[in-house]
Amino acid sequence: MRQLLFLSGKGGTGKTSLAAAFAALTDEKVLADCDVDAANLHLLLDPTVLAEGEYSGSKEAVRDPARCTACGRCREVCRFHAIDEAFGIDPVMCEGCGACVSACPADAIELVPRVSGRWFTAGTRHGPLAGAELLPGEEVSGKLVMRVKEAMGDLATANGIDTALVDGSPGIGCPVIASISGVDDAILVTEPTRSGLHDLERILGVVRHFGIRAHLVINKADLSPELSEQIERFAADEELPVLGQIPYDRAVPAALIEGRSAVECEENPAGEAMRAIYERFARTTARQTPADRDREAPSADVKKGMDT
Amino acid sequence: MRVAVASGKGGTGKTTIAVNLALALSTEARVQLLDCDVEEPNAHIFLDPQIESTRSVDKLLPRIDEARCTRCGACVEACEFHALARFGETMLVYDALCHGCGRCGLVCPADAISEVPHQLGVIETGTARGFPFAHGRLNVGEAMATPIIHALKDEILDARWTILDAPPGTGCPTIGTLHDVDAALLVTEPTPFGLHDLRAAVSVARTLELPIGVVINRDGIGDGAVDAFCRSEGLPVLLRIPFDRAIAAAYAHGATVIETMPTWRGRFLELAERLEEVAR
Repeated sequence: MRQLLFLSGKGGTGKTSLAAAFAALTDEKVLADCDVDAANLHLLLDPTVLAEGEYSGSKEAVRDPARCTACGRCREVCRFHAIDEAFGIDPVMCEGCGACVSACPADAIELVPRVSGRWFTAGTRHGPLAGAELLPGEEVSGKLVMRVKEAMGDLATANGIDTALVDGSPGIGCPVIASISGVDDAILVTEPTRSGLHDLERILGVVRHFGIRAHLVINKADLSPELSEQIERFAADEELPVLGQIPYDRAVPAALIEGRSAVECEENPAGEAMRAIYERFARTTARQTPADRDREAPSADVKKGMDT
Repeated sequence: MRVAVASGKGGTGKTTIAVNLALALSTEARVQLLDCDVEEPNAHIFLDPQIESTRSVDKLLPRIDEARCTRCGACVEACEFHALARFGETMLVYDALCHGCGRCGLVCPADAISEVPHQLGVIETGTARGFPFAHGRLNVGEAMATPIIHALKDEILDARWTILDAPPGTGCPTIGTLHDVDAALLVTEPTPFGLHDLRAAVSVARTLELPIGVVINRDGIGDGAVDAFCRSEGLPVLLRIPFDRAIAAAYAHGATVIETMPTWRGRFLELAERLEEVAR
């Protein structure tokens, strides 16, 4: 399956708005929202839930005070500062590693599974969608992202579809790295600010670290033509192809309030720019035969740590 | 007072609020700023801090002494993160899956496991505009941000105000930042995305039993749904920043609101005052 992932490093640059535009313009595809901390793609898609379930991806240590002899071994071995002076275990800090369980001579601590989120699959007006929501205060976003991608794969198989559009999360850490697994192309969405450029450099580093082809989009480009130009120069130096620029346009939040992407509304500059970007991306990747793709950029194989 | 500036959604203006709040307060009281968005730290862009010291944040990876190892498999069984495996006589350690908890070493009956440090990122501390500043930086390609945040929080001083700029989201790095602070200042924008993610951030702050204040940024670009939500939930809106191309342009170039538009200093001081009332 061909997977296209939207990333940005910095939050709020317009990943989801562009992903929703691609969803409206691409023919046969499945969709996945891997920003499980702040899942927003479904807000633009009128989803009807097909299946859902709880996700329990981690454990937490629970102490039996009746057995505890207050020897303090658990507190000595815990590297996550989860055990207080009275040997109470703070579930927020607990990593679920079980070092305390192994260290306890009184057999007073056990690891129990914790429900950390719920995953779902849904039908939408732009095709099947897989997504998830992390419960407030829960921690395994990387593992939950892997669960979403598994559900996405199942949707693709069931529907005989071999293209996937994946909305990623901000940052460069565990949920991002989890979302990269199996991806062919990443569209990096940035904005013309010094923060946008700084964060772009780091996310580009991550994407290249995992051997994925990267493409750039500069959103709200007219808010600082000078920084947009600086970002274009950075892209040229890095041999990072620029798919286009999108102007700042109030039509984007206005479309959002209607639950739509800007390309689904009456003609507006941002929507037109997104359409041009989509067409350019389609042309760029259509030139490659499957054999080219395999030779140039094997899909990212991320057997790396993403389950913090 | 420790204030975490957070939001579910990225790009709502957390860093703008954190930096300007610290700057406004710095002439009034002892202030400290910690940039806890260790995946994409940006506060330094606005404050040009002088970095005075750098230290490494490591996780400890197990190394197995093949000569001592009896291939009993106790470590493989004990590891909750599937970071150890045994294939016949060969022992494997998957470094990237390891959380550095040390449980494998605890359970090894042959004392065959030692540990080596592996750098996850760094903590840089220094001074910005006359006040103490610190941030963490996760190394590119590393997944574990939270240990860097915990290490960064060791830099908290006995200041009148400690402002923590949180990462976006509601996952472990955000919780690591919000844990043990006195109040959460949640920054949002008046759009459906802003509202959806504000709800999630409010749930997290309430789970941690934190007093909450809300800042609405880019006021005017969307609709009134965020206001209605705040009213119905009893969440005080402590500051509104209108969408303004001058503010956007200042941000783009790494300038602060207060230094670009000095009249805003008073509004940030008022924000601090109102936040103290909320936290009381």
